[in-house]
Amino acid sequence: MADTRRPLSPHLQIYKWQVQMVTSILHRATGIALAVGTLLVAWGLISLAAGESAFDQFKVCMGSPLGIVLLVGWSWALFYHLCNGIRHLLQDTGMGYAIPQFMRSSWLSVIVSLVLLVLVWAYVLTTGGAA
Amino acid sequence: MSANAKDLRNPLKRARGLGSAQSGVGHWWTQRVTAVALIVLGLWFVATVLSLLHADFATAKATAAKPWNALLLILFVVTAFWHAVLGLQVVIEDYVHTRWKEVVLRVAIKFLAVLGALASVLAVLRIALGA
Repeated sequence: MADTRRPLSPHLQIYKWQVQMVTSILHRATGIALAVGTLLVAWGLISLAAGESAFDQFKVCMGSPLGIVLLVGWSWALFYHLCNGIRHLLQDTGMGYAIPQFMRSSWLSVIVSLVLLVLVWAYVLTTGGAA
Repeated sequence: MSANAKDLRNPLKRARGLGSAQSGVGHWWTQRVTAVALIVLGLWFVATVLSLLHADFATAKATAAKPWNALLLILFVVTAFWHAVLGLQVVIEDYVHTRWKEVVLRVAIKFLAVLGALASVLAVLRIALGA
């Protein structure tokens, strides 16, 4: 067993807030949200296989106010995790570690994910709303 | 290192079987490879869902039943659950410091992910094969 009295890194409230830590925290949070969202995809597929009444029930749930809020949240989580995930994959090759680049790519992840969110929901609204 | 001077064991002997000497590299690579796959599969999934925005049950089912769509749906769901298990494992390892809770959580998540993935695959097969 390893020595458990090792020093721990300071907690969040110690740090000054900056975009680099926000992107890191958001990547984890959206990842957890998306793991739950994958169950929603499973539910949709199962209801599609089960028949029309089950699928209609699924669509009613998704079209309800709570369903729309969850869908907006999940779609943003997906776009953010996608953008920031690509950023992390590029960083895995050793790119973009200088602090100015790191901050720029952090902002880029946040902004591009919001742009994608607006584009997708604008498309949904202009084609006559969700569900 | 400040190893106990009376300890005659080689440091390598003490390191083996502990911490990063196990399956970390495999985990790291699998997380990246599934991430790359999910860039493509995720974008395809979002586009497919958007194209079915106002589709009725029969159209949605017929679209999912097309061989390429069924194949990509299975790939998407399995890869997403796999990536989720790997990601949640890291989160749990970082924040859950009680060993039994960590193990219970990780096993529960794995069970849930396998259940969700297999149920989704079965659903897609039922849709595609018309069973």
